[in-house]
Amino acid sequence: MSITIATSLDLKGLSCPLPIIKTAKAMKELAPGQLLEAFATDPGSVSDFKAWAKVTGNPLVEAGEDGGVYRFVLRKKEA
Amino acid sequence: MAAEVVILGGGVGGTIVANLVAKQSAGRAHVTVVDATGIHVYQPGFLYVAVGQEKPSALQRPERQLLRHDVSLVVDRATRVDPVGRQVQLESGATLPYDQLLLATGSRTVMSEVPGGVAAHDFYTMAGAGRLFKALEAFQEGTIVIGVAGIPYKCPPAPVEFVFLLDDYLRGRGIRDKVQIKLLSPLNRAFTIEATSKLVQPILAERGIELTGFFNVESVDPVGRTVTSLEGETVSYDLLVLVPPHRGQKVIEDSSLGDERGWVPVDKNTLKHTKFERIWAIGDTTSIPISKSGSVAHYEASVAAAEISAALNGEAPPAHVYDGKVMCFLETGQGQATTIRFDYDHPPVSPSPARRWHWAKALFNKTYWHTVPQGRLP
Repeated sequence: MSITIATSLDLKGLSCPLPIIKTAKAMKELAPGQLLEAFATDPGSVSDFKAWAKVTGNPLVEAGEDGGVYRFVLRKKEA
Repeated sequence: MAAEVVILGGGVGGTIVANLVAKQSAGRAHVTVVDATGIHVYQPGFLYVAVGQEKPSALQRPERQLLRHDVSLVVDRATRVDPVGRQVQLESGATLPYDQLLLATGSRTVMSEVPGGVAAHDFYTMAGAGRLFKALEAFQEGTIVIGVAGIPYKCPPAPVEFVFLLDDYLRGRGIRDKVQIKLLSPLNRAFTIEATSKLVQPILAERGIELTGFFNVESVDPVGRTVTSLEGETVSYDLLVLVPPHRGQKVIEDSSLGDERGWVPVDKNTLKHTKFERIWAIGDTTSIPISKSGSVAHYEASVAAAEISAALNGEAPPAHVYDGKVMCFLETGQGQATTIRFDYDHPPVSPSPARRWHWAKALFNKTYWHTVPQGRLP
């Protein structure tokens, strides 16, 4: 099964807590199992995405950094 | 002929810049402030009105009294800015030409953007704060919920300060044990700033204030008295207090000077509009990702004034730029407070809560009228 991203969010330049709020809004639109990727530049987003995923039960399947841009991939939890 | 400087908005930022530019130009420029009400309102005081510690009359003065005599005040609403023809249209039908324009129109609250939100109280307008206090006076027992329904909003520490002052108020009435206080936070901590959260979270726990994290308010059910988050959680309330969503003013949106929420894009150091010449913006008005607060408008004002004065004189921009300085007080209740200071290059620091910060805040609130609008405090 190939992994396709359903929604991609550009959150670069936004400061906390906007990246999390925009992500929470976008995740609502996804069907269970669909993936969302988000790009952010706020260093605080690393711990915020990790904690948000844990608290809301939507798994954070990928987290990385490339040249100051953080990339996160979240999977919408099963209903 | 004197150059025309037009300032939209007679709040803290617009008033300081008007007074400083008039002073610096020594008669070579004519400064006009356009304000819809002509009344200068000290918004940080709304919080105290909401818990009965301040009277609305103490928070407002005629803008005219705060401006230098050589600054003109036009009490009217700006409806459109023409950045090419360099003029401002007013609701009365008059137009004001400008050589330099400062946008200091601030923000407005739009609770109507939250489905069911009209059922919620807020302390972001004078009327809202007054109504909230009336509701609190009538409140006897149950659950009071405080949530955030949009980012960015004015005065980021305000929800935390409110729950502490609410705790004091309920203790004063002897009914604290009959009331549950729940604070719903957009992040997994009390406040966006981690250092400050670490300081206030133990105090929240000590006062019996329940903190729920990652609760971004999406809608309210006024009949079932519940509030639901984007994350899908639902919380019941008897009295709901929400920080309403904020937007820039309509004149910004109607003139296409800002982004989709009406916030004006400016250089974060010079405060000059990123697209249009001869236009500057400060305070809540801008899209700079920094606190929307009087303190930011205050610190930015001297920079904007110097930039505008230099532009009027055809001089090079001044070396002194806005460095992102923010300084806020945060009430922690029981007569104590802390402060939050930071800038673009330095992370926030907060000292341990103490009585002296509470008194410093109270003193600042009282002396504001004689110091800040006149540009007497750097």
